[in-house]
Amino acid sequence: MDLFVIYFTIFVLALFVGVEIINKVPPTLHTPLMSGTNAISGIVVVGAIISAGGGEQATGLSTFLGFLAIVLATVNIVAGFLVTDRMLNMFKRK
Amino acid sequence: MQAFVNFFYLAAAVLFILGIKGMTKPKTAVRGNQLSALGMGLAVLAALLDFHVVSYGTIIIGILAGGAAGVYMARKVQMTSVPEMVALLNGLGGGASLLVAAANYLESQQLSGMGQFDPTVEWSVAVILSILVGAVTLTGSLVAVGKLMGKVDDPKDIRNYKLGVKASFALLFVGTLTLVMGDTLNSGVLLTLMILLCLVLGVCLVMPIGGADMPVVVSLLNSYSGIAGAAAGFVLGNNGLIITGSLVGASGLILTSIMCKAMNRSLVNVLFGGSMAAAAGISKSENDAFYEGKVKFASADEVAMMLETAKRVVFVPGYGLAVAQAQHATRELASLLESAGAKVKYAIHPVAGRMPGHMNVLLAEAEVPYDQLVEMDTINPEFPQTDVAIVLGANDVVNPVAAKDKNSPIYGMPILEVYNARTVIVVKRGLSPGFAGIPNELFIRENTLMVPGDAKKVLQDVIKALREG
Repeated sequence: MDLFVIYFTIFVLALFVGVEIINKVPPTLHTPLMSGTNAISGIVVVGAIISAGGGEQATGLSTFLGFLAIVLATVNIVAGFLVTDRMLNMFKRK
Repeated sequence: MQAFVNFFYLAAAVLFILGIKGMTKPKTAVRGNQLSALGMGLAVLAALLDFHVVSYGTIIIGILAGGAAGVYMARKVQMTSVPEMVALLNGLGGGASLLVAAANYLESQQLSGMGQFDPTVEWSVAVILSILVGAVTLTGSLVAVGKLMGKVDDPKDIRNYKLGVKASFALLFVGTLTLVMGDTLNSGVLLTLMILLCLVLGVCLVMPIGGADMPVVVSLLNSYSGIAGAAAGFVLGNNGLIITGSLVGASGLILTSIMCKAMNRSLVNVLFGGSMAAAAGISKSENDAFYEGKVKFASADEVAMMLETAKRVVFVPGYGLAVAQAQHATRELASLLESAGAKVKYAIHPVAGRMPGHMNVLLAEAEVPYDQLVEMDTINPEFPQTDVAIVLGANDVVNPVAAKDKNSPIYGMPILEVYNARTVIVVKRGLSPGFAGIPNELFIRENTLMVPGDAKKVLQDVIKALREG
């Protein structure tokens, strides 16, 4: 099977998983949900690491762009998870 | 080894799903967030083990720099400013996707020169999509941050922006066709132009959207950042990225649709309808005439007297509470009333505040237990049995006109029916209209008392009066 078809299948199935679980998140937690998923979207750091890591396919410019991408994605990840943690620790039951 | 690395990505994706699942209950949410962070750690480890990576210096410097900035931001930010921070982080995520796609394009040029790579149509489309969505997310988020901080105003005339959007889309369509059909890997100049165009498009898309609609925009941009990540996954052929991007995309879309429903508006109307206030806005003299002689005012002492005998009290927080940083004073007053035997609840409208769930976080910061935060549909039937409802800096979400007047710009928007309470106390700086640009009928009702002033100051005065009384 064409690789693209496999990727696309995974994409669509993951969408359904996302809709199913996220619909169960109560409105009280919508802000932490957003900042948490936001941190998760920093996963693109994976691509950035591979680009910044050199290898025979790299050029000076591609390594530099990869480096910049690592910085941006890491800010996104670290700040996102930490601020979510800070918020969630405030939610207390009576 | 590469198969091993791919299992790491799968494990990371599973941890993200479990992590989000943890977010379905406040009790398990902290743990859920930790699971997600662990998943991210695994994914980074997997990337470092990838055979493409031969040098680590640049990577480590980048991670340290970004990590330090991230820790600083997360520690520094005030809970009232979380919407701005989330919007900014969204933008950075989008920017990262854009850079990754661009870097991958350059690498593919090299690989193709070595005869190791032949671009397919799907690959080309994925690169363009990743760049497009990433760039739009970057500049769109930055504009949203400006609007949330009050530094960027809603434009009076949105026609130029709409024209910009249409022109950008047309040009991008032509550019995409040229790129895909032509010599994809030797079109660096065209691709650069398209990136610039997408950066402009992001500005044109968000500029015309009114400040009141920012909860929708922030949710939507959150979704975009996920989709940009998924598109980068298609480019790199990385399942971990595809799954994760798609999860985040779904999350943003759901929140967007919840926000739209809570305002009874379609997404298209929010995105392209312009600012409500600009469309419906009334002049200051009309606004003054509406309230002239009909509003009853009360002092903090009088409010304190009324609260002394109240058995059931409901607080209704809005964005004004966040601006005045009044969450702690609110909690203090609530504790005082509870110790005097009153039942206290908080009524939360879905679009109160500047992002979904914003009020809940602010009140949680002031140590309000989350089981006292009640959603709109649950609290509305309770207002007739409520002795005193205290509206703190909320306006349009408590305007009864939304239920009656078909010509009103907010007609059909579900509201908190505070007017059913025996007495309504509205704490507000002045009588200026809310985001929708219309006067509020609640303020001239028989059972409403206005207390002019800053929410924090007024609450502190009430607390003082109660303690002395």
